[in-house]
Amino acid sequence: MAAEEINASGGIMGKQIDLMSEDSVNPATASTKAQRMIEQDGAVLLFGEISSASSLTIMQVAERNKKVFFSTGARSDALRGKDCNRYSFHCDIPNTVMVNAVGTALKQKGMVKGKKFVTLTADYIFGHDLLKAAKAFFSANDATLIGDELIATDVTDFSPYLLKVRQAKPDVVCCNLAGNQVTNLVKQYAEFGFPYPLVGFNLNTGDAWAMGEGNLSGTWPTVWYHTLENPASKAFVEAFSKKYGKPPENHAWIEYITLKMIAQAITETKSTESDALIGYFEKQTQFDIMKSRKAYFRSWDHQLVQEAYPFTVKAKNEMKDKWDMLVLGEAVPAAGAELETIYPTKTQNPCNMKA
Amino acid sequence: MQFGFLLEQVVNGLVLGGYYLLIALGLSLIFSVGGIVNLAHGAFYALGAYISVEITKYLGFGSAVVLSPIAVALLGILFERFILRRFYDADPILSLLVTFALAMVTEQAIRIVWGAPPISAAIPQALRGSVFLGDFLFSRYRLLILAVVAAVLLGVWLLLHKTSFGRVVRAGIQRPDMVAALGIRLQPYMTAIVMLGVGMAALGGAFFAPITIVHPAMGAEIITVAFVVVVIGGLGSFWGVVIAALLVGVVRGITIHFAPAAGEASIYVLMFLVLMVRPRGLLGERIEKFE
Repeated sequence: MAAEEINASGGIMGKQIDLMSEDSVNPATASTKAQRMIEQDGAVLLFGEISSASSLTIMQVAERNKKVFFSTGARSDALRGKDCNRYSFHCDIPNTVMVNAVGTALKQKGMVKGKKFVTLTADYIFGHDLLKAAKAFFSANDATLIGDELIATDVTDFSPYLLKVRQAKPDVVCCNLAGNQVTNLVKQYAEFGFPYPLVGFNLNTGDAWAMGEGNLSGTWPTVWYHTLENPASKAFVEAFSKKYGKPPENHAWIEYITLKMIAQAITETKSTESDALIGYFEKQTQFDIMKSRKAYFRSWDHQLVQEAYPFTVKAKNEMKDKWDMLVLGEAVPAAGAELETIYPTKTQNPCNMKA
Repeated sequence: MQFGFLLEQVVNGLVLGGYYLLIALGLSLIFSVGGIVNLAHGAFYALGAYISVEITKYLGFGSAVVLSPIAVALLGILFERFILRRFYDADPILSLLVTFALAMVTEQAIRIVWGAPPISAAIPQALRGSVFLGDFLFSRYRLLILAVVAAVLLGVWLLLHKTSFGRVVRAGIQRPDMVAALGIRLQPYMTAIVMLGVGMAALGGAFFAPITIVHPAMGAEIITVAFVVVVIGGLGSFWGVVIAALLVGVVRGITIHFAPAAGEASIYVLMFLVLMVRPRGLLGERIEKFE
């Protein structure tokens, strides 16, 4: 949709955007396809990807070929830290920020200090990374982690894990899973009907919509939601809904703003050369990304620094339509605080880019 | 107390095994009678789930779990009549290819009709929560599934062992040539077996839609476990499949209790061990046409 809008208004410097897309399937295929798009299809830059594992392999392709890659959905801190490179930019919020967003909301409800947590963690780079961020948060806030289950990515039935959760008798159960597994866990958690509140450090709005009535509860983080109160966001939601018959979920939003930022960079630098574009973003240029505060890419780790939001679930009788199921909490960090306060610091997540 | 927890995992594993059984039993029947490895079996499971979600919207959950398997069983007639029937005597590789193709076509068709994102489904409010039996915790909903599986199992067993229909089917598994010599056409029986098999898969899909994610690739996810169960149980054996399904559920539960990360791998290790000791599977019969 962003490409259509840009092309309809004359393209970038008079040239039309030619958007190619591929299904990344798995880390190995993602890397092969990225290489092919650069070599054979003549892509000037790449953007996309949700999985942290696949994003990592694309980042390596980008570095080898000296082409810029915007990773739009991967959240692993490691991608911004030890695996970072000069050609890769990160648009979505990293794990640490999601933990901080939910953590802030939980602290306000008195659900952290002195409480016992059990975590269910996806057994791959993303989950491990999220668990690390969660552990850092627990130890900084006097919470104890009394149990952690690593869960293989192909698990669809969680009942044995849920039995173990009950045996541990935690105060709060915490979900460090990704994608379809979040949906599965939430559905089965509702099925068993445990008294311990379930919270999560990772959720996409598309997954929330797939959960079914009355299944989701607790506090979760999001990077953007279509009910955000600001004019730019509302205009985008309206145009998107008109075109596709449903409101955009957070991935639709991030792809849209990413392409708009890229277009702006190309227009202002009058170049599609990687060095020129990297230079433009590393100046920490401010972008309007439909949030109350502007965002910028941090020069030392290429993270798009922006607000995040915790949310809880709306009661059914307050929902305007089936997509209107979340109540957004106050943006984090709180108004007035520096955006970077919720992001990992250089010492916490060091990134050394080779020039 | 530790022992109690373990027992809880075993019981939960049995329940889960019952659900695998719904998918695996049909797969095993179709293979035993027709000699066809139905790679499209998962697709019928997925269709069962999607159709049941649709029906739930209009007629409620109760009607959905009855009507959806019936609808899929009717599709099974077309599947048998126009596709499977051409491949009973053909090279097995052809039926593998055609059912694999059908699985992919169905998955993409689901994507076109219902879209790629998962669709939402929920358990009726009355069936939520868990019940305690003594020290044991059960999900109320899963107990219902267990009861349904037990009823279906009993029905299928009676059908195969106490009716003339079952006698012909069992004879057909062992000696199709003799059955033909006696002047009995196996084809209508095969149609019925396929209907029964895919109907059970759809029943599994309908019951699991509210507690698992309903998305186009769900069929591909379940088929692997179903095959593991069939292979462990052995071909042509009703009880072999039953025991294997329960065993798979229990082994997975126990493994998760002690080593959570190894939970999914455990069932393949189990299959490996069983095949090492008994290549025919636990209760597999010697079937002439496959030797």
